[in-house]
Amino acid sequence: MDRIPILRMGAFLLVTIQVDLYDRLALSLEADLVDMVHKTGARGVLIDISSVSIVDSFMGRILGNIASMTRVLDAETVVVGMQPAVAITLIELGLSLKGVHTALNVERGMTLLNDKFGQDDELAGDDADDAE
Amino acid sequence: MLTTLSKDTMAIMREQDVVPLRNRVKEVAVKIGMGLVNQTKLITAASELVRNMLRYGNGGDVLIEVVSKGREVGVRLTFSDRGPGIPDINLAMQDGYSTGRSLGLGLPGTKRLMNEFSIQSTVGQGTVVSIVKWKNG
Ligand SMILES: Nc1ncnc2c1ncn2[C@@H]1O[C@H](COP(=O)(O)OP(=O)(O)OP(=O)(O)O)[C@@H](O)[C@H]1O
Ligand SMILES: [Mg+2]
Repeated sequence: MDRIPILRMGAFLLVTIQVDLYDRLALSLEADLVDMVHKTGARGVLIDISSVSIVDSFMGRILGNIASMTRVLDAETVVVGMQPAVAITLIELGLSLKGVHTALNVERGMTLLNDKFGQDDELAGDDADDAE
Repeated sequence: MLTTLSKDTMAIMREQDVVPLRNRVKEVAVKIGMGLVNQTKLITAASELVRNMLRYGNGGDVLIEVVSKGREVGVRLTFSDRGPGIPDINLAMQDGYSTGRSLGLGLPGTKRLMNEFSIQSTVGQGTVVSIVKWKNG
């Protein structure tokens, strides 16, 4: 059966979506990710959609679900690499992706997550002024 | 007046038919030279309507046409099902209205993405939704 691979990168999980998601694949990704966050205690999930050419309301709902489910497990989800045409279409469609963090690319997404946990966790009290 | 330059039909019965439909729509849009943003809008709209057709209408047919009006050329898609129909179209067209506990964005969002949008539905007989995206629209 098809599955989208989930990569572990330190405290984060990285998923690169490279195919057009059909419903069952999207739903199994949702379940697999929640499972992985639970098992690994990951603090962040990066979902790279730079190869995705269409985000419809179904896919938007899946991304929103993943974000809220992982949040309950104390991990943040960042969707990275959205193509400009997809972003324009999403807004016109009326999908706001509320509660989902976004970043331009994987690197920036990592920075966002690091900053976030840098402040919440062991670096609390440190002013983290080395952020660019 | 709208002139049909070419046409093709696809039957939609299962979830697995969605991706091939998107691909076919993309092919046609690329063939007439539609730009990437309009292509994306058209395929997203198609995806919404085909999903509705599967979820609420038990599947159906999609007619894919290349059409022209004056100097404009574009793609028209017509989604027909023989499902239960929609009792109150005005309600169904409102943002946030859903009987499927979803976001209720498909119909109103599709209308925003397209240049032309029409919907006809008869309770007990089915629903027909037709959309047009012009190449330069
Ligand atoms: N082909 C159809 N046959 C019967 N009812 C339909 C059909 N298409 C839409 N509807 C009705 O219209 C409502 C609104 O449709 P719309 O696509 O806007 O929202 P949704 O499918 O419920 O949610 P979303 O598209 O955001 O996932 C649906 O909930 C359903 O009741
Ligand atoms: Mg819908």
